[in-house]
Amino acid sequence: MERTKTNPVIFTLLIIISLIFIAPVIIVLINSFKGQFYISDTPFKLPTDKTFVKLINYTNGIQKIKFFSAFFYSLFITVFSVCGILFFTSMTAWYIIRCKNKVSNLLYYLFVFSMIVPFQMVMFTMSKIANVMRLDNPLGIIVIYIGFGSGLSIFMFSGFIKSIPLDIEEAATIDGCNPIQTFFRIILPILKPTAITVGILNAMWIWNDYLLPYLVIGNKYKTIPIAVQYLQGGYGSRDMGALMSMLILSIIPIIIFYLSCQKHIIKGVVAGSVKG
Amino acid sequence: MQKTLRKYFAFFALPTFAAFTIAFIIPFIMGVYLSFTEFTTVSDARWVGFSNYTKIFTESRDFINALWFTIRFTIVSVISINVLAFLLALLLTKKIKGTNIFRTIFFMPNLIGGIVLGYIWQLIINGVLIKFGVDITFDAKYGFWGLVILMNWQMIGYMMIIYIAGIQNLPGDVLEAARIDGANAFQTLGRVTIPLLMPSITICSFLTLTNSFKLFDQNFALTGGAPGKETQMLALDIYNTFYGRTGYEGVGQAKAVIFFIFVAVIAGVQLVLTRSKEVEQ
Repeated sequence: MERTKTNPVIFTLLIIISLIFIAPVIIVLINSFKGQFYISDTPFKLPTDKTFVKLINYTNGIQKIKFFSAFFYSLFITVFSVCGILFFTSMTAWYIIRCKNKVSNLLYYLFVFSMIVPFQMVMFTMSKIANVMRLDNPLGIIVIYIGFGSGLSIFMFSGFIKSIPLDIEEAATIDGCNPIQTFFRIILPILKPTAITVGILNAMWIWNDYLLPYLVIGNKYKTIPIAVQYLQGGYGSRDMGALMSMLILSIIPIIIFYLSCQKHIIKGVVAGSVKG
Repeated sequence: MQKTLRKYFAFFALPTFAAFTIAFIIPFIMGVYLSFTEFTTVSDARWVGFSNYTKIFTESRDFINALWFTIRFTIVSVISINVLAFLLALLLTKKIKGTNIFRTIFFMPNLIGGIVLGYIWQLIINGVLIKFGVDITFDAKYGFWGLVILMNWQMIGYMMIIYIAGIQNLPGDVLEAARIDGANAFQTLGRVTIPLLMPSITICSFLTLTNSFKLFDQNFALTGGAPGKETQMLALDIYNTFYGRTGYEGVGQAKAVIFFIFVAVIAGVQLVLTRSKEVEQ
């Protein structure tokens, strides 16, 4: 019989590796409390009486990049894009799988094809079209995210829908449900686990996305990644203290989100590894 | 039911398809077309045939340099990330106390966005290099290894999770049989565990391959291509061609088309490899 016995060598090794993994964030955290001129030269020193500046970097950074408005834009765009993606692509995936004909087949392959196209291929033309169609605002960019995120989402929903037995839907039809009722009352509840996975994958992508929002709405509306990049400014002029504090503030929401639904996130990301 | 459902196209598929057309289909087709034209604002596009494509290789060495840098970076990252992630997965499947906490910690960097990651590592790498009186933009090799370290930090945890799932699904009887036959730990690993884990290894290799090959944010924030354009990867080179110089939008778009073809070929190879594996099993 095997007993659960922890090997002390491996355990210590894992502790050391964990410290290496956490260290970069801790170093940034420590530096976020130091005066801006004491950061670049001595990043590995703890703050002293002379270099400790309390929360000045945080108040400076929040003012400089309007952090709370960036946080609001990021949150607004992420939440509504993810909801939109889940709502629309689950319907479309069900339609494509259940209504087999040439059109739906073609649609399916187009969506799958879009998954392998790198963003650089469409970045210029997409941002021009968004501009012409007046989609260059926080509401309009949601349409872009639904369109660009639909490939992976439809692919993942379809994979699951194929495994749902047809009998359930047929029974619903016989009981007098029209397709809309069948979808919302019968199918949508069954899709919940896949929806969580698809939602998490899209949320992580949209929350961290830099280039797409920068090109589409970056002039007027700054999301968190755009605001952090903006702080970089011209050479020599950047405020290292503000940068450190803003890095910390942009990591905190992610860590809260991660710790509160860790199981779903890890499961979701692994399930999404098919994307490639 | 199929027949009734067909009438509901407008309800179920049209909204997604409309957004997809705006965000993907039209930009993609226009993108291919514009790569054969000279333009600055799209409406002034003038057909120039393949001249953008020849310009990529004749006018400057930027694209070739970026391609070479990207390939070297991708090879080193794919190998280092997968080896380290695999070793960590082996350690974490040894019934250690606190496995879940370790897993949580190792996976965490994967959730942080590329721009933020870039600035975190810029601070640390510059902090080390300043002891030698230089910074990360001093020599391309610093930028190269900086990117490799950053990418390892970000992706090891993710790949580790996939390997752990693979190891936990290994058939226990086969490992038992190997032990009874007197195989030592290394023989079991090389002859039994690794061959049985080939599906996970394929997934992880391609995941790290495409992610490294398409890298943009981390490259942009960590070095921005400096010194000069020496640490510029393909995605960043395309971006700089588009937005760095007016009159070169067509060349940028042509580079993007070539970039897309590279990525598509990688995806195609992956599809063929995973398909053939499925048939075997």
